[in-house]
Amino acid sequence: MTAPRTLFDKVWDAHAILTGADGTTLLWIDRHLVHEGSFHAFGMLQRDGRVLRRPDLTFGVADHYVPSHPRGRPVADAEAAGLIARLSANAARHGFDAMGMDDPRQGIVHVIGPEQGITLPGVTLVCGDSHTATHGALGALAFGIGASEVAHVLATQTLWQRRPKLMRISIGGRLGAGVTAKDLILAIIAAIGAAGAVGHAIEFAGPAVRALSMEARMTLCNMAIEAGSRTGMVAPDDTTFAYIAGRPRAPKAAAFDAALADWRGLATDPGATFDREVSLDGSAVAPMVTWGTTLDSALPVTGLVPDPSAGADAEARARIADQLAYMDLAPGRPLAGIPIDQVFIGSCTNGRIEDLRAAAAVLRGRHAVVPGLVVPGSVPVRRMAEAEGLDHVFTAAGLTWGEPGCSMCTGINGDYVPSGARCAATSNRNFAGRQGPGARTHLMSPAMAAAAAVAGAIVDVRKQVQP
Amino acid sequence: MTPVTQVSGAAAVLARANIDTDQIIPARFLRKPREAGYNNFLFHDLRAADPDFPLGPADNPPILLAGANFGCGSSREGAVYALADAGVRCVIAPAFGDIFAGNASKNGLLTVVLPEAEVAALMAAARQGLPMTVDLAAQEVRGANRVIRFEIDPFRKRRLLEGLDDIGLTLTHEAEITAFAAAREAAHPWAR
Repeated sequence: MTAPRTLFDKVWDAHAILTGADGTTLLWIDRHLVHEGSFHAFGMLQRDGRVLRRPDLTFGVADHYVPSHPRGRPVADAEAAGLIARLSANAARHGFDAMGMDDPRQGIVHVIGPEQGITLPGVTLVCGDSHTATHGALGALAFGIGASEVAHVLATQTLWQRRPKLMRISIGGRLGAGVTAKDLILAIIAAIGAAGAVGHAIEFAGPAVRALSMEARMTLCNMAIEAGSRTGMVAPDDTTFAYIAGRPRAPKAAAFDAALADWRGLATDPGATFDREVSLDGSAVAPMVTWGTTLDSALPVTGLVPDPSAGADAEARARIADQLAYMDLAPGRPLAGIPIDQVFIGSCTNGRIEDLRAAAAVLRGRHAVVPGLVVPGSVPVRRMAEAEGLDHVFTAAGLTWGEPGCSMCTGINGDYVPSGARCAATSNRNFAGRQGPGARTHLMSPAMAAAAAVAGAIVDVRKQVQP
Repeated sequence: MTPVTQVSGAAAVLARANIDTDQIIPARFLRKPREAGYNNFLFHDLRAADPDFPLGPADNPPILLAGANFGCGSSREGAVYALADAGVRCVIAPAFGDIFAGNASKNGLLTVVLPEAEVAALMAAARQGLPMTVDLAAQEVRGANRVIRFEIDPFRKRRLLEGLDDIGLTLTHEAEITAFAAAREAAHPWAR
């Protein structure tokens, strides 16, 4: 009888090649996702005269620099065009599968991994992007790495890692009407802090998490990094297995059955222990909105912009005052009613079909009073949305329907928020300048962003839309 | 990688928490080749907004003292390139973003975690222009009239001290890696 183990332990142990005297483990990597931004790492590989060890376990996709305007038009920015071409050139040179701009599977790397069946329960998956935790929603051990580590994986298909501490975040109850996984993760970060999970791998558990769809679980895990954790995981269950079955790269027939037998054993054993346990009541979570430039500035939409005088010490007071100055907000005013200039619906956090459906449900038959951009997370998501007529809902409301990519979340593909403008965004970071120099970002769920587009201001979607 | 043993000199002070990698280097510069000189992009937008910003593209003190959660956010290694290219060799803070700290260790940039109060004392000394020394071998910061011990991952310490090439070292385990991969793929063919 072995000691009870967590989901994390099981995946980690199954990939530990060796552990050195200093306690660092050499981990085998099952899946490596690369994008245009990985060019630094390919440059290192070439500089050192090394070869790509496992082209069959390396998958490339163009997402960060891909314009959201129609694909037929050339990429206006020469540097961006060069990076997109370079990914394809590296794929050809090293012999791996890359989904370029015109590939029917193309999309944001954290959307296409699960969608194509590249991401599976129990695998280790890395990518040179901090939102790689997204893939943990399927029970993968997935984390973001920097360029030097990308080069290391390209050359060795392994990584040296120190075993992190483990944190379980258990969500009781059930999310209320109009409350989504986005609101839940913002509430979690507000509760534990933007550095609350540094050094830890998170497992999300509890009945409210079990009740979430796969898309919603991806939203939850996606933002683990915004609490400081590189890894967020959910134990795979029948919801997971039903999602995976039939995906292009997922195992088929007998291989699927064999995989299922492995995957069913992955859940955390009863009695397994975590270094830290956090519990939240999912029923008490309200639609959330960020007011500042750090992720722990999320508050229920029914709340008030904080007053610097509420800060615990001089440093905290200065921190609130700085954020209010950047965001041009007066302390004490209600969050609801803050006028916005534009909306962005999309990103690896909220660019999946359910997100688009939630936004469209609010926008159907209504008009946006501010401009907005809706960018599906992948070509398959875009096609599905179009088959359901969602694109017409968005365009009839006055919003722009874009081609898939990271778009206005990172603001490097030509889409950005002008300086001083205020954007209701479904993306993952409200950092100063994230969506463009001087841009002011309020993070929220797709339904809340859609409601804000209709009102021209932050509103409580539960009041605007009677269920 | 150039070995890092000891960093001595003046320190710049950034006394705010949660300085994310988008602040250290805005995303729009990440398309540039390293040869462009990433020091030119260091804190680009913060510098543009504040003429008194304590760090610039050149002539920086070798040590940076920062608030908690320094380097949180994106995994961009460009944040480390920007600091390193601008001459910063050590950052001291109460906590770091995990990915940033990992990236730093691959590029000869030393990250030292000290308690909030110790960082505050060093900041006070730095503001008076007093120099300090970070001694990696001894795991000590000497400054503000005291000797402060710090903890560091032994793996990172050794690689920084010796300036080791990670990939070369890993490939000395070639036989174990090959055997492991073969066994894993035989036992779990679906994982291929």
